[in-house]
Amino acid sequence: MFAASFRLAFYATAICLLISYPIAYVVSRETPQVQSVFMVLLMVPMWINFLLRTYAWMSILENNGLLNKLLVLLGIGKVSIINTEAAVALGMVYNYLPFMLLPILTVLQKLDRSLLEASSDLGANGVRTFLRVVFPLSLPGVLSGVTMVFVPSVSTFVISKLLGGGKTLLLGDLIEMQFLGNAYNPYIGSAVSIVMMLIVLVCMFVMNKFGDGGEETSMF
Amino acid sequence: MKKFSKCLALTLATAASLSLVSSCQPAEVVNVFNWGEYIDEDLNAEFTKQTGIVVNYKTYTTNEMLYSTMKSGGASYDVIIPSDYMVARMIEEDMLLPLDFTNIPNYNDIDPSKKGLLYDPDNEYSVPYTWGIVGLIYDASTTSEAPDSWTALFDKQYAGNILMFDNPRDAFAIALAVLGYGLNTTNESEIREAYALLKEQRPLVQAYVMDQVFDKMGGGEAVVAPYYVGDYFLMREDNPNLGVVIPKETTNTFVDAMCIPKSAKNKTAAEQYINFMCSTDSGYRNAIAVGYSTPLVSVYEKLKANDELEDICYPDDETMARLEVFINLPPETRKLYDELWAELMIDN
Repeated sequence: MFAASFRLAFYATAICLLISYPIAYVVSRETPQVQSVFMVLLMVPMWINFLLRTYAWMSILENNGLLNKLLVLLGIGKVSIINTEAAVALGMVYNYLPFMLLPILTVLQKLDRSLLEASSDLGANGVRTFLRVVFPLSLPGVLSGVTMVFVPSVSTFVISKLLGGGKTLLLGDLIEMQFLGNAYNPYIGSAVSIVMMLIVLVCMFVMNKFGDGGEETSMF
Repeated sequence: MKKFSKCLALTLATAASLSLVSSCQPAEVVNVFNWGEYIDEDLNAEFTKQTGIVVNYKTYTTNEMLYSTMKSGGASYDVIIPSDYMVARMIEEDMLLPLDFTNIPNYNDIDPSKKGLLYDPDNEYSVPYTWGIVGLIYDASTTSEAPDSWTALFDKQYAGNILMFDNPRDAFAIALAVLGYGLNTTNESEIREAYALLKEQRPLVQAYVMDQVFDKMGGGEAVVAPYYVGDYFLMREDNPNLGVVIPKETTNTFVDAMCIPKSAKNKTAAEQYINFMCSTDSGYRNAIAVGYSTPLVSVYEKLKANDELEDICYPDDETMARLEVFINLPPETRKLYDELWAELMIDN
């Protein structure tokens, strides 16, 4: 179960990063008007409670849910996602995507344009500029995004219950079970929490090391 | 700077008006902790209108959650509504106050068969709120014949279309019923046998659910699911193909009873509230809104007179005789349940 929690959190973080970086990159090069519209679009769903959004995903992904009805209409046929690990990962990606997007976007927005010009003056093409200039400079944003997605993903609990059909028990569920759920045992719950906290701290420490010996911008 | 002083003035004005409000006579409050979707919500306002006591109403989803909330001491409630076995556990752990029945005259209306039950044999701590039965709900549009036995939940032909309780007591009760053991058994080998059966069932189960059952059965996601019969009526509104049976083996019948916890701050108001809930009018409105069976004789008569009785909610004596009420299990057995349940859930 420790393995399942960390595996799913890892997938969710990786997918979030893969989705967020290109979006952030494109948006950061748009005009301020477009950027502010984008920010509003990103923030509006966050005004709805997390639990309700997850319930909505449950209705969408059900075997007779909205997604499958649409697919059947299009003649593609049903897919079965609900109650699998994939559904749980999807729930995590959806709920925590903004925490990855925002820090990356902020860093990219602040990127000094003259550096890009300097790079191309010195003969670097677009790919090279991205790899040698843009990406290294955006690392602090990426790292704080990774932390902000990984930490809540690894400790999440309701998502696995709603989208995983209660069959993919994660660490967060185990802790919840000890405090509010079917087994009232705060001692075990506290012990698991502390172990998890330590693991998360170690992960953050390691990530900090990657970020050039822990620049203060990278974490909080 | 000008802006700042404006802000300050506004803040001060707000603070002043707030303090004005709070300096009014504080209203008397009764804190009620009930199950979700388990009341005709207008009744709380009605109570306030009649008595002037404001009802602070909160809800929970399982007995275990209620227990841990009370035990962790973070909250203070005046009225709580645990089920039978949890009432017994709370009595055992000295968490409830004895009731003063002179303040609850409507208690006389409670059906004698719902008094003096195992969980509170001397009728000191609890007043029944509703009672009900765990039934087997099925989707008639996808089954060739209506199931009449719990074995449907373990039947390979429904693989992937079975929902199961997401709490150990109810889930184990079904396995024990299939095996022909008592639902309150403390015999470790019987419980382990039930565990083996649940483990065997796990690959067939679509999802372990509590409240999600409304969406899933209502949306035609699954074929069979065990749930509380009273809630079946809500699901049927979304999916008219649903049927419900009381399985032939045995099943759990439960009583949810109003109690006053030791930490209550306003016992008089709590007793007034309990009495109010036992009036014919409140009981009737609750029975209509909630769908569970009423323990009040006058309400039963009224439902009968209006032809609003659902037969499945009030089985005949012969059926009632084979149903079982949960009692509080000894700590060792509870521990065994918890361990086996965690093992069952972790098993991927």
